[in-house]
Amino acid sequence: MIWTTSLPPFVVFFAFALVAPLLKGKLKVLLLLAPLWGGLNLYMTHAEAGDISWQIGDMVLQLYHIDKLSLLFGYLFHIAAFIALIYSLHIKDNTQQVCGLLYAGSALGAVFAGDLLTVFMFWELLAITSAFLIWARRTPEAIRAANRYVVIQVLSGVLLLSGAIMLYQQTGSLKLEYLGLNGSASWLIFIALGIKCGFPFLHTWLTDAYPLATPTGTLYLSAFTTKVAIYLLARMFPGEPILIYIGAAMTCFPIFFAVIENDLRKVLAYSLINQLGFMVCGIGIGTALALNGAVAHAFNDVIFKGLLFMTMGAVLTRVGHVDGSHLGGLYKSMPRTTIFCLVGAASISAFPLFSGFVSKSMVMAALLEQDQIIVWLMLLFASAGVFHHAGIKIPFFAFFAHDSGLRPKEAPVNMQVAMGLAAILCIAIGVNPQWLYQLLPWDFDYTPYDLTHTLTQIQLLFFSALAFVWLNKQGLYPPELRSVNLDAEWFYRKLLPKSGRKVVAMASQMRDEGHQLKTSVIAQLGRRQKPVPTGTVTIITRRMAWVFIALMLLVVTSLIF
Amino acid sequence: MSDKPTQDGFFDDPKVVSWILRIFYLLCVLLVVADFVVHRHIYTELEKIPAFYALYGFVACVLLVFAASGLRKVLMRSEDYYEAPLNDKSDRQEQE
Repeated sequence: MIWTTSLPPFVVFFAFALVAPLLKGKLKVLLLLAPLWGGLNLYMTHAEAGDISWQIGDMVLQLYHIDKLSLLFGYLFHIAAFIALIYSLHIKDNTQQVCGLLYAGSALGAVFAGDLLTVFMFWELLAITSAFLIWARRTPEAIRAANRYVVIQVLSGVLLLSGAIMLYQQTGSLKLEYLGLNGSASWLIFIALGIKCGFPFLHTWLTDAYPLATPTGTLYLSAFTTKVAIYLLARMFPGEPILIYIGAAMTCFPIFFAVIENDLRKVLAYSLINQLGFMVCGIGIGTALALNGAVAHAFNDVIFKGLLFMTMGAVLTRVGHVDGSHLGGLYKSMPRTTIFCLVGAASISAFPLFSGFVSKSMVMAALLEQDQIIVWLMLLFASAGVFHHAGIKIPFFAFFAHDSGLRPKEAPVNMQVAMGLAAILCIAIGVNPQWLYQLLPWDFDYTPYDLTHTLTQIQLLFFSALAFVWLNKQGLYPPELRSVNLDAEWFYRKLLPKSGRKVVAMASQMRDEGHQLKTSVIAQLGRRQKPVPTGTVTIITRRMAWVFIALMLLVVTSLIF
Repeated sequence: MSDKPTQDGFFDDPKVVSWILRIFYLLCVLLVVADFVVHRHIYTELEKIPAFYALYGFVACVLLVFAASGLRKVLMRSEDYYEAPLNDKSDRQEQE
């Protein structure tokens, strides 16, 4: 028998990550066996598999717990890893392949975890393994962004751990089940999930780091971390009304940033938050239709957002940047990538016959059922907006618009295969949604393709496009400009260091023996501001060490309460 | 872009573009007409407005772009706002 019931899916990925550095050249194709064999094994054995635990002292950790919800995400992550591995086959950098496998494995570990402590373990592994995909870009900007990223990710983990410890002290159980928002422990966990899910004001790690990762890295990043958070929200906080409003805010605010952002991968990062908003909103409604819509949309989003990130990654690989202001006319030399991008754009905009349509409409229908008219209008606005920035802006400025004179080669073959696979999935699910619907965890009855819904959606999209055409013809459309747009990260990238410097300066002035201190602090600040010009990754800087000590103190405090 | 390649693409021809746009406008008109022909299911009062979705899509996008342009005035900073460019100009003097 080649199928085994007693193998948690993450083990397969971790084992392949171990051998990955040994495989050279064409042999790297063998890495594809990890998602292929792992996924098939899951498919063949899911009925009787599961219930693997690990005993540490008197704690029993549930490493492998299967139900329909975790199974859906399990399949999804295998598909995502398969596509991402094909996409990265040409890369000679072992770091990315090893970390990609470890990262995908951690995501699988988290969705098949049966208790909060196991979730925490994989939660932190997700944080660390994914950070390497950003460090792997090896530019000073990327290294700094990854440092910020890892601090925020670990903070989320620490909040989760603190919440779990408090919960254990209150209830004596760590079982992963419906929690609901009551009491401080659940709030800590809620905020921990909210960070990874990109709640407003907690989202900046995403838009900061994703556009700076390697082309492959961003593909991996877009697939796993946020979707694990969505999975956990659906499991622990379904039907929590506050999520409806958080979700609605998440769908709306990023589209304003996306319209004025120049870095096209950053545009996609903002639209990723926008799509997460639809899922969060669905989870907040909490009916069977809404929850199914949320997880179905997570499934589709991984594929179409992955596809869009892949096309931008292909442009980045060939051109060296993805600034909308300096692209255009690429369809002439990258025709296939252009077509793949258009398929991804149609899917994310929820055109009928593409995958976004069949899942986003479930959330919208559920909102109408609940008479949430204002939220429904917000999401409708966001639907029009997402078409505007992700559906039109991305393909238009990259591949059409004014001719930039760039004539890059078509993407490498393996990238094209990966993009083609994702594009086929987008269309297949859009045309035949039953394939996806039968995997959905809750019982429901819904047909996306009725006349009303198809017509109204096409009207919405066509007239959004008309607005784009009109604004462009009138010259009212804001031009693409190289710039930084302020976001909530301003608080920790500008205000915090600035006030920190001020406090340090004041303190050192007041001290009697301050003179010596002051000179040393200023000297140190000066050294910190000079970036290390080497390509090496400095993982733990002294500043980060302090952050970690602070985080550990937080955990210790939660033990006391 | 020092040497600009010839304008050889399919979409460089203004005629092609204007034809595409004409077809697009025609489709938009047809969609509005369809709204009066087809009997839509109505879930909320708002949907009784003729061609509600078309109007909403158009107005939403125009407002979105105007609002975003306005936001630019508030939020836009130069590229080295958070930190000086780290790549090439390592000799650049730090402010402070």
